Amino acid sequence: MGEALLTSELKGERLELAAAGSWTAPHAGELEKLVDSVAAEASKAKNVSIDMKGVREFDTFGAWLLERLMRQWTSTGRETDIVGMPEHDRDLLEEMHAVNRAPPAPPKHENKIVSFLAGVGLAGAEFGRGLIVFAEMLAAIGMATARVLTHPRDFRFTSTVNQLDRVTWQAVPIILLITFLIGGIISQQGIFHFRKFGAELYAADLVGILVLREIGVLIVAIMVAGRSGSSYTAELGSMKMREEIDALRTMGFDPVEVLILPRIIVLIIALPVLTFLGSMAALYGGGLVAWLYGGISPDIYISRLTEAISLTHFKVGMIKAPFMGLVIGVVACAEGLRVKGSAESLGLQTTASVVESIFLVIVLDGLFAIFFASIGM
Amino acid sequence: MAPKPVIKVRDLMVGFGDQIVLDHLSLDVREGEILGLVGGSGAGKSVLLRTIIGLLPKRQGTIEVLGVDLDKATEAERRALERRWGVLFQQGALFSSLTVRENIEFPMRENLSISQRLMDEMALAKLEMVGLTREDANKYPAELSGGMTKRVALARALALDPEIVFLDEPTSGLDPISAGDFDELIRTLQQTLGLTVFMVTHDLESLYNASDRVAALADGKVVAEGPIETMLQSEHPWVKTYFQGKRGGMLADRRIGA
Repeated sequence: MGEALLTSELKGERLELAAAGSWTAPHAGELEKLVDSVAAEASKAKNVSIDMKGVREFDTFGAWLLERLMRQWTSTGRETDIVGMPEHDRDLLEEMHAVNRAPPAPPKHENKIVSFLAGVGLAGAEFGRGLIVFAEMLAAIGMATARVLTHPRDFRFTSTVNQLDRVTWQAVPIILLITFLIGGIISQQGIFHFRKFGAELYAADLVGILVLREIGVLIVAIMVAGRSGSSYTAELGSMKMREEIDALRTMGFDPVEVLILPRIIVLIIALPVLTFLGSMAALYGGGLVAWLYGGISPDIYISRLTEAISLTHFKVGMIKAPFMGLVIGVVACAEGLRVKGSAESLGLQTTASVVESIFLVIVLDGLFAIFFASIGM
Repeated sequence: MAPKPVIKVRDLMVGFGDQIVLDHLSLDVREGEILGLVGGSGAGKSVLLRTIIGLLPKRQGTIEVLGVDLDKATEAERRALERRWGVLFQQGALFSSLTVRENIEFPMRENLSISQRLMDEMALAKLEMVGLTREDANKYPAELSGGMTKRVALARALALDPEIVFLDEPTSGLDPISAGDFDELIRTLQQTLGLTVFMVTHDLESLYNASDRVAALADGKVVAEGPIETMLQSEHPWVKTYFQGKRGGMLADRRIGA
């Protein structure tokens, strides 16, 4: 590109411009600078002429820049002549003459403090709305359950079994692996620290009580929230985006009954099952580490366990599990239905679903701890 | 002399698994024309469009766009070529996390080094050219109606002033009035900007209103090609049913009567 796109020459009170080359999008950056510099130069001239003979290519970018230049001059009372422009390009210029006429939107005046306060308020409102959505979802599920109990034929059995396979059966390997490792780690830490007091045998108590009461169910709940809760949110969210949920509704089905109830029931079944399997795997892992690392033989480990743990500990863990399943399911489905049109909102809601359900699971665990302590379990 | 072809498809074969969708298909699109591509559902119209723009792999044949053979083009040549065409997808395919203005600016931002001011002005100018207002510029795609989505998608396809525009069913899902407006818009833009338009459509009305030439796709081949009049005289059974059928017939009578 040797030739200059725009050259100017001041002849007395007349500024003569000669345009050449490609006035097109790829050269728009360069052209814009030239046009701006020429605009400044024209302050000395009374009138301006532009010779467009040399222009080989001309598109909307070129046309707009020319139009912008002319508007600037017209506003300061200068006349512009354009010569040597082909008819076809003139049409384009004409087209650009009509656009961007509306005054630009007035800039918003925002007080920083006010907008900060507004942000805080909106965040609070959003939090409140989240609680309401949660409560609404809980109520809708309660109603759907009542309806299904009175009309058992309406229950989506196939869908439930399908979900059961995905959420429970397919989750077994990863849950077993993770809880096995956690059990092993707790056992190792217990032995390492109890050894100072010569009490490494008590590592078995530690593993048993911790796993059965707390860790087993918590790890499983967190895993399920990340694994199945997120997929529920994404599934329902994309169904919402593609209007599938509206379609269901117009066909006279209740989306809560068709889509959400089976999923939540599955989670309520899945969590105790997985918690049981996970707890066993954790006890097994703990025993293995105790044997290999702490030199505690399996016989002694098991006899310690039977002494340390009781059915109560087991029950404490298992009672919590279905409630955690319910919380994860309700949050996941409620967030899924809050997805709006964009891909971004799908991502946001999925993140929110996982974060909220893990948070609620931990809060719930704390409440249960208080409850069990006060009833002496 | 016929204008030189800007898209030249020769002996193209495209299939999925054992199913052959396009079978030794050849087609020319001439410079500065609006070519309407018609065909039954599943005839492979969209497949042809997607193959030309490189979204689907082909089994054999050559495709030449603006004189560049797509098989022989280097990565850089391909990218340069992609800047010279714009695509309007069936569902608009607007980026849902960007506003209308940002959607139109997206290709400019990636390909041109121009100031934000010029970018904003150009985006608003394109928006006005497709018949929307600057109030729509800050909306998100989820807030737009079907017709507006198509218009914004067209504005985005035109963002870099392409030489060729591919339209995949531009009027599907629009009411007849909006569809008519859209046809007119494509016509006007094609004339002012000197575009070549490759339009896949189902809409007979748009074929009559907007297209210079029509190509009919059936059995994986182009079975008829030419202005509407040629179509009306075609003996191919599918073309005959399509243009002479209940809906096509009415428009044909009007054309002949006029």
